[in-house]
Amino acid sequence: MEMVKNIIYSIKSPYRQSLDIIGYTFGSGEPSCCIVGALRGNEIQQMAICAQLVNTLKNIEEKGCIAENKSIMIIPCANYYSMNIGKRFWTMDNTDINRMFPGYELGETTQRIADGLFKSIRDYVFGIQMASFYQEGKFLPHVKVMDTSSGKEAAYESLSDFGLPYGLIRKPIPYDTTTLNYNWQIWGCQAFSLFATYTEHIGGQSTQAAVNATLRFLIAKGMLKWSLHPGLHTRILNEDNIWRISTSRAGILKKYASIEDEVREGDLLCEIIHPLEGSTIDKVVSPIDGIVFFSYNKQLVMEHTDIFNIIPF
Amino acid sequence: MIKHVSIAALPVTESLVIQKNRIENNVSPESKRVCIVTGTHGDELEGQYVCAHLVKLLNSEKQKLSGIVDIYPALNPLGIDSVTRGFPLFDLDMNRIFPGSPTGSLAEAAAFDIVRDIEGADICIDIHSSNIFLREIPQIRVSEQTQAELLPYAAMLNVDIIWIHAAATVLESTLAHTLNMRGTKTLVVEMGVGMRITESYCTQLIDGIMNLLHGLDMWSGDVQHVRAPIVSKDHGVGFLNSDAAGIFIPSVTHGDYVHTGDVIGRVLDPLTGSIVESAISPCNGILFTLREYPVVFGGSLLARIMGDGNG
Ligand SMILES: [Zn+2]
Repeated sequence: MEMVKNIIYSIKSPYRQSLDIIGYTFGSGEPSCCIVGALRGNEIQQMAICAQLVNTLKNIEEKGCIAENKSIMIIPCANYYSMNIGKRFWTMDNTDINRMFPGYELGETTQRIADGLFKSIRDYVFGIQMASFYQEGKFLPHVKVMDTSSGKEAAYESLSDFGLPYGLIRKPIPYDTTTLNYNWQIWGCQAFSLFATYTEHIGGQSTQAAVNATLRFLIAKGMLKWSLHPGLHTRILNEDNIWRISTSRAGILKKYASIEDEVREGDLLCEIIHPLEGSTIDKVVSPIDGIVFFSYNKQLVMEHTDIFNIIPF
Repeated sequence: MIKHVSIAALPVTESLVIQKNRIENNVSPESKRVCIVTGTHGDELEGQYVCAHLVKLLNSEKQKLSGIVDIYPALNPLGIDSVTRGFPLFDLDMNRIFPGSPTGSLAEAAAFDIVRDIEGADICIDIHSSNIFLREIPQIRVSEQTQAELLPYAAMLNVDIIWIHAAATVLESTLAHTLNMRGTKTLVVEMGVGMRITESYCTQLIDGIMNLLHGLDMWSGDVQHVRAPIVSKDHGVGFLNSDAAGIFIPSVTHGDYVHTGDVIGRVLDPLTGSIVESAISPCNGILFTLREYPVVFGGSLLARIMGDGNG
């Protein structure tokens, strides 16, 4: 068998070449796992992780190490139109493809893209989305599953198959119901969102960490006859158990803690500096003993900004 | 009287302030309160004229008012000020974060303050004006679950059509849904087009709002006779999306009555000069939505027709 490259959906633009969403398939038979990369134009890291996976699986397949009757599809980038012009959302109307699922065949452009994409990926047993956050900042690598009624128990257990340090369970809010992950789950696929540390920068380590996490999952689920070091013990917790530290003042952010730091209650996390006068106008300390899971990485902060997330020990 | 609804510090010197103008007269514990809100989407401006005119009108004959009218021209001041549809800095649609949270982001905290301020009013009118792509005739959109409560008030507002749409979970995070679920009757008006003001539509809605105030016994002045809207559910609405890409040239006038088979417009390819698509009306009815922005992709909405069931 050899890697198969297909256009899984195509849409016309008035002035550009058509947008062809390309899927790479490895193995054959049961649709076992689908991996989706960039849905937004700034998700370069997410595309790069998939690209590296395509390259790796190509090698694995050449060595005959894809399991019998298993097929894996990878879609590295569903929105290169936006990526090629440096935009995050859809080029024309600024809509977000990841807020259009399950999509609508007769609808607007991004609804049609979501529909076309979803129809070709919804029947896989497992789905992995390389996801990014709305928040600007750095996270510890983790994998997330939505708390929906369908098949969640099994999905919780599978969180540890990635060998990442954290597995999170998210209770969906109305805003989540139009995402790929949520709709995959509702359709009956076991869906995971994998978060690498950076979005726009391709860091060697965080890219490789996400690639390895995905390979570990594919091995654990019997899709690859391959071996890899087992990864880390996964701590599984509800997203609600993460402490959110936010600003009550605005100004220049001066941080004293970064992700992966272990902090104690009372430790200084950051100061807010007056943007015109240079004086310290606020000091933010940790309310709890724990590990810094998220750290905001812009220099200016407004009031109510989530600047650190801490997972209690 | 101008009041602050929400205030939060921005990084350098200024604060984000959401304001309202409260116009009141003859207030007693039994007095009614009506809220006029707009400017959630920073590129929708029709509501600005409505607010400006209403404030002037109510203040000039305040003795005819009985109760409270709160006018909120800009729920998303940073958006309007910077020609940005969403909430700047967050890249998000402000009408997808309600009811908000006092401990959430600045946008969520603002949403929380807005809901707290409006909640408890007798009626809230949330004025939208489509987007830059589509032009709408004055209409009210209500969900199936709220239609029984809202239709009598919607009919007083002098709009041309009322569209009763199916519920969708994602719409639970809108301002209107949040308020309706909390017992504050909220009507969503859509009219005109983004980045423009259509004076005739604004005047039409202002007449409707004054008629509503009159109906609620809050306004003793004269009111205009209002039109009876056409009411339709989703199945009565015909959608026309382009399958081709190019530039759209309409061949009918917005608001026209069209027949099955009529050509609504054509999509042209500027490079070859060919007609790549002819948009044909799927039913008889009023062309209530018409594409304003010429460039279209595959999928772009060209028109919507509210069918009258004939043909
Ligand atoms: Zn709007």
